[in-house]
Amino acid sequence: MRWIGKDVPRKEGKDKVTGASRYIDDITFPDMLYGVTVRSETSRGILQRTVFEEGIPWEEFTQVTCKDIPGNNYVALIETDQPYLADGKINHPLEAVLLLAHPDKYLLQEARRKVSLEVDPLPPVYDIEESLNQKEIVWGKDNVFKEYLLEKGDIDQVWEKADHIIEGEYKTGAQEQLYIETNGIVAVANPEEGVTVWGSLQCPYYVHKALMALFDLPADKIRVIQTTTGGGFGGKEEYPSMIAGHAALLAWKSGKPVKLIYDRLEDLAATTKRHPSLTRHKMALSSEGKILGMEIDFVLDGGAYATLSSVVLSRGTIHAAGPYLCENVRVRARVVATNTPPHGAFRGFGAPQSIFALERHLDKAALQLNLSKEELRRRNFIQEGQLTATGQVINEKVSLADLMTKAMEKSDFQKKKEQFHSENKKNKYIKRGIGLSSFFHGAGFTGSGEAYLESMLGMEATKEGKIRILSASTEIGQGTNTIFSQIAAEALGIEYDLIEISVPDTALVPNSGPTVASRTCMIVGKLVESAAIQVKEILRQSGFLASTYSSSEFSKACQSYLDKFSQLRVFSKYKQPTNIKWDDQTYRGDAYGAYAWAVYVAEIKIDLRTYETTVEDFVALQEVGKVIHPTLAAGQIEGGVAQGIGYGLYEKVVWDKGQMINNQMTNYIMPTSADIGKIRVFFEEAPYAHGPAGAKGIGELPLDGVAPAISSAIENAIGLDIPEIPVTPETLHEYWVSRKVNS
Amino acid sequence: MKKVDIFFTINGVKKTVSAHPMKRLLDLLREELELTGTKEGCGEGECGACSVFVEGKLVNSCLIPSLQVQGCEVKTIEGVADGEQLHRVQESFLKEGGAQCGICTPGMIMAAIALLEENSEPSYEEIQEGLAGNLCRCTGYTKIFTSVVKACQK
Repeated sequence: MRWIGKDVPRKEGKDKVTGASRYIDDITFPDMLYGVTVRSETSRGILQRTVFEEGIPWEEFTQVTCKDIPGNNYVALIETDQPYLADGKINHPLEAVLLLAHPDKYLLQEARRKVSLEVDPLPPVYDIEESLNQKEIVWGKDNVFKEYLLEKGDIDQVWEKADHIIEGEYKTGAQEQLYIETNGIVAVANPEEGVTVWGSLQCPYYVHKALMALFDLPADKIRVIQTTTGGGFGGKEEYPSMIAGHAALLAWKSGKPVKLIYDRLEDLAATTKRHPSLTRHKMALSSEGKILGMEIDFVLDGGAYATLSSVVLSRGTIHAAGPYLCENVRVRARVVATNTPPHGAFRGFGAPQSIFALERHLDKAALQLNLSKEELRRRNFIQEGQLTATGQVINEKVSLADLMTKAMEKSDFQKKKEQFHSENKKNKYIKRGIGLSSFFHGAGFTGSGEAYLESMLGMEATKEGKIRILSASTEIGQGTNTIFSQIAAEALGIEYDLIEISVPDTALVPNSGPTVASRTCMIVGKLVESAAIQVKEILRQSGFLASTYSSSEFSKACQSYLDKFSQLRVFSKYKQPTNIKWDDQTYRGDAYGAYAWAVYVAEIKIDLRTYETTVEDFVALQEVGKVIHPTLAAGQIEGGVAQGIGYGLYEKVVWDKGQMINNQMTNYIMPTSADIGKIRVFFEEAPYAHGPAGAKGIGELPLDGVAPAISSAIENAIGLDIPEIPVTPETLHEYWVSRKVNS
Repeated sequence: MKKVDIFFTINGVKKTVSAHPMKRLLDLLREELELTGTKEGCGEGECGACSVFVEGKLVNSCLIPSLQVQGCEVKTIEGVADGEQLHRVQESFLKEGGAQCGICTPGMIMAAIALLEENSEPSYEEIQEGLAGNLCRCTGYTKIFTSVVKACQK
């Protein structure tokens, strides 16, 4: 292949290395106002009064409350429970109550501090246990946003046949996406022209749908344009709908363009994070180490509103039993309400939580059965032709056993294990360990999601003789522009430089679906490929393109076609492969079109003077179908591993009364270049029939396996099975001391 | 406090700008001079996205009051390339995948240039240490390390 599998230059790379790329905060309009959001401090209560203190020329400010909303006061997504601006009731700290706009952004900041909200407090609920126990009912009838029951076989008859029954409880904390560019939107809005927003966002059509409802305007009166986006990781999936609405409401009322950019403090405190989780496992095993049954109770903290929690829960539930064969499974999954800002999408989307629990539990089982961690997994890996927990027949060759062998070799696992064991005995303070995880991640929307989305992608010839891709799939750093261009150039048989990507602008591009769920390459990339085949076919049939051609002949053919017919534009719509079947009612069937498979190995060092854990070497080995761009693909995995290291060791959100109180980069610690040991990435390629050139999805995969591999290595180093993350020095110290007390 | 005239050299060109003396250098560059390549990531000197050179020294422009650059030479990402000819560090970031979303990239490139000016052949650990003041959430730093190593070889 000429372009697929090659390290071509990143499409927008030059603009990024010269500082020429225009991000949302780099865009200004004449006569533009700045906007800010006034938020509640209380976590739950009834808003009585808004007090505007003296000393501010309030008459100069545009003010927007829920009374100013022209349409519906809810953020249209799945449910309609989350207001754009609180209407009397406060359900979480940092809930938006009032919007202000002014030309002077410094005065605006001062004004925000001079507004106080008088709230009659109501008793709040702050964590999963309190919510499950219904200490207070804070959402719906029972605090439960969504519940799934996933069942396979008959779990209840398994316990008496089991040689071992092992139970465990696991906790994961919230995690901030921490894109380096904070959230922001610029809006122009008026009754004549409708609403246009520019912004840092992943899903233009999510924002489009939300603004239609907010303003009660038809589709053609709403326009959403993505600007260069400085990272998303899920954090710019659903939240931009909120900011876009706020900026647009201010623009609508003031009649002027409004820029609303969050500073880091506000972005950290007010926007979504990864859902905290609590998972209980009960596992039945035979004396030979076969898993006979798994009973899993999986609970996520959704925060105050439903947002995407039901979908996050769904992915977490389906991944909860992992890539292992088990005939008897019951997963009871719930996502519950608390009075904290809503949790939301973050790379991995529920799977990192449930996989952490399962992988730690397997390590616990291995120790109890006196099997190696590797061997217990090998005895249970799912094989081609077998059924997953949802009853999906795996109809591809599963490479986990091979991946395990290779990962053991690449990490020198056995030798390191022995070496560390003997060194640790001699060294009082420095303890090293090595650990592993094995896992899978489904690409694309779950179940019937892709069929329901019916994603559409366009492709057109330009008068310069180039091909332009029309897609709502956004470039957020992961390389969408580049891989789409490679796929198109390959399918068309022309130069990579002849491919252009349209700006994701809802007035120009069809809805190719959201940029989420590891779907961009596999699902939308396939639409690029099929659109390219259509274009080529049209040019051939028109007689302008011969059976063999050079790139310049192709360009001429496009120009000749345009001269004659004035337009060459095709659309390609997603069609579910006929073998994919899913039943939403029974929650059974083919959960995902394809899975990526992986084995990760972490090598860590613990200093028992400071209780710090450092990752010294990391092997990430995965099978992801055809790799479209080796450098970009490795970059995805390396970045994901670094986020996973943060998730497992450093990134602790400190909560006080439902509010993040370490909302500064100084206090919320993400890995720096000095915290990342060697990350070694390896790919195996088994082409997937329905992906472009055989590619599957990879974006989220790395987040699933890093934290459990690190915790496994910690257990190996000091014999402490810590069932929660992040394992900060404080957490490690706590477990270390309590173990000494207990023994 | 009133605005004052601040005269300084920016990317080789002498400028006088009237600004509040405590206005952050970051805002002076972005708002008064429209040099938007310098980014704000945290506003508290933690992330390095706003890194620029003042008198040849790498600084966080979010922590520098404008008055402090009175009479100084300031260089931003826009002054790094020689016309169309990219700096070897920029070329290397482009080729080796050192830039993903690109928001940390200008600051990271400034930090990498500063590192190489001090130490033309840094070890892997010295690169790790030298860039530790610049946060990147996309790359896991690995491709950035490669970019710096490759830039040394040019």
